[in-house]
Amino acid sequence: MTYALAVEALAGVEAPPRAQAIRTLVAEMERVHSHLLWLGVTAHEAGFDTLFMYSWRDREAILDALEALCGNRVNYSVNVLGGVKFDVTDEIAASIHQAIDILHPRTVHYLNVVTHDAAFLQRTRGVGISTPQQAELLGLIGPPARAAGLRRDVRADAPYAAYAAYVPQVITTTAGDLAARCEVRVRELFESYRLIREVLNTLPQGELTTRMKRNVPPGEVIQRVEAPRGEALYFVRSKGGETPDRVKIRTPTLCNIASVAVMAVGAQLADVPLLLAGVDPCFSCNDRTVRVRQAGAGDQLLRWGQLRQYGIDFYAQKRTATHA
Amino acid sequence: MQNLILNALEKAKTWARLNSPWVLHYNSGSCNGCDIELLATITPRYDVERFGVKLAGSPRHADVLIATGPVTRQSRDRLLRIYQQMPEPRYVMALGACALGGGVFHNCYNTLGGIDAFLPVDVYVPGCPPRPEAIINGVVLLLQKLKGEAVPHGEPQPA
Repeated sequence: MTYALAVEALAGVEAPPRAQAIRTLVAEMERVHSHLLWLGVTAHEAGFDTLFMYSWRDREAILDALEALCGNRVNYSVNVLGGVKFDVTDEIAASIHQAIDILHPRTVHYLNVVTHDAAFLQRTRGVGISTPQQAELLGLIGPPARAAGLRRDVRADAPYAAYAAYVPQVITTTAGDLAARCEVRVRELFESYRLIREVLNTLPQGELTTRMKRNVPPGEVIQRVEAPRGEALYFVRSKGGETPDRVKIRTPTLCNIASVAVMAVGAQLADVPLLLAGVDPCFSCNDRTVRVRQAGAGDQLLRWGQLRQYGIDFYAQKRTATHA
Repeated sequence: MQNLILNALEKAKTWARLNSPWVLHYNSGSCNGCDIELLATITPRYDVERFGVKLAGSPRHADVLIATGPVTRQSRDRLLRIYQQMPEPRYVMALGACALGGGVFHNCYNTLGGIDAFLPVDVYVPGCPPRPEAIINGVVLLLQKLKGEAVPHGEPQPA
């Protein structure tokens, strides 16, 4: 969706209202699936496999609805440049409503578990606290930022697709610990259910796609989208023609993952997997290079061989240091 | 007499293997899509633990290596090491389009190809990502192979 929105902005094309609403709908359904998946993984890391099994069982309900809509469980490929591929018929709308009706009472239960279960709270309450100042300094985004009390949500701050019409309530807590991260995500589920129902009930009529220009004019654009894990940022540059000159993606995990090293200071070793799960890491999203520019120090770029040599030297030096 | 005992032992071992194929999952460069569907396969709706399929934490406890994703430069050595740590007989299942031949990462500078470029693959499960039903089908094919039955090749035959 981010890419489609970016290219549409470059081409000066806007998707029809029905397509925008369907994009919003699918984005929220994806958030539901992602948060339920995350809840399971976190529960598993906390040694609470029962919750893992329950939440993944319930997640199948939303996957069924997604499959009814677009025919696939994981890659929806709903978005095309200029609109969406799939229409929400009455039948599909009914199946989505049905999935939400199943999930809503289950989520009430999950909220109860993450806020009241004594064993779970022992693993999460007061663990890995990040204060609002820390969160600001580390540049946290998405649910971990909101759990620390920062009101950060692209859906509300810079509405895209149909979010200007369907305004989500930004859920924040102040505790900033793991328990808060759990609570924020589970409470966001209710917000997503409300939005999904609202979109389905007020889906505008009209076309699914608008005509997309074959050639995109030259220019640059930055598009942000609130993915389930936080802000996803795309930079797209066009030199004109059919293919982009450059597409740079910054995934939410890349912003959040470094905070684990700070939050883990003073925590038990056994808490580290849970702290890592707390930012909802996507490891494949981390296969990126970060170039740090220090003021005055200039920057340095290492090639693959140099980086490898740097790693070997670093560990060799560390070994001699520990043996000495 | 000795042969008889060895035969009986071998049969018992096959029986045990058929009823508890423990799985080691290794992501050699996947986008996590296949990994999530593999995990979904062990959760209540699909629940392959009914058939004794269980994720093992260590390669030394595993019978089957399920590898997802293309083999990246970074992960090749680890993949081979994990495979070498597994006790024999060991089986390999390649899961998803990328594990089969590189998928969307085909000919990328940092990937080296599919799993079968490095390991002898017993079962290929295509899909991006494969549905849990497809993964279960792959396990069934593997069990047939373990039993020494003929495994269908090419187009699926009508039942």
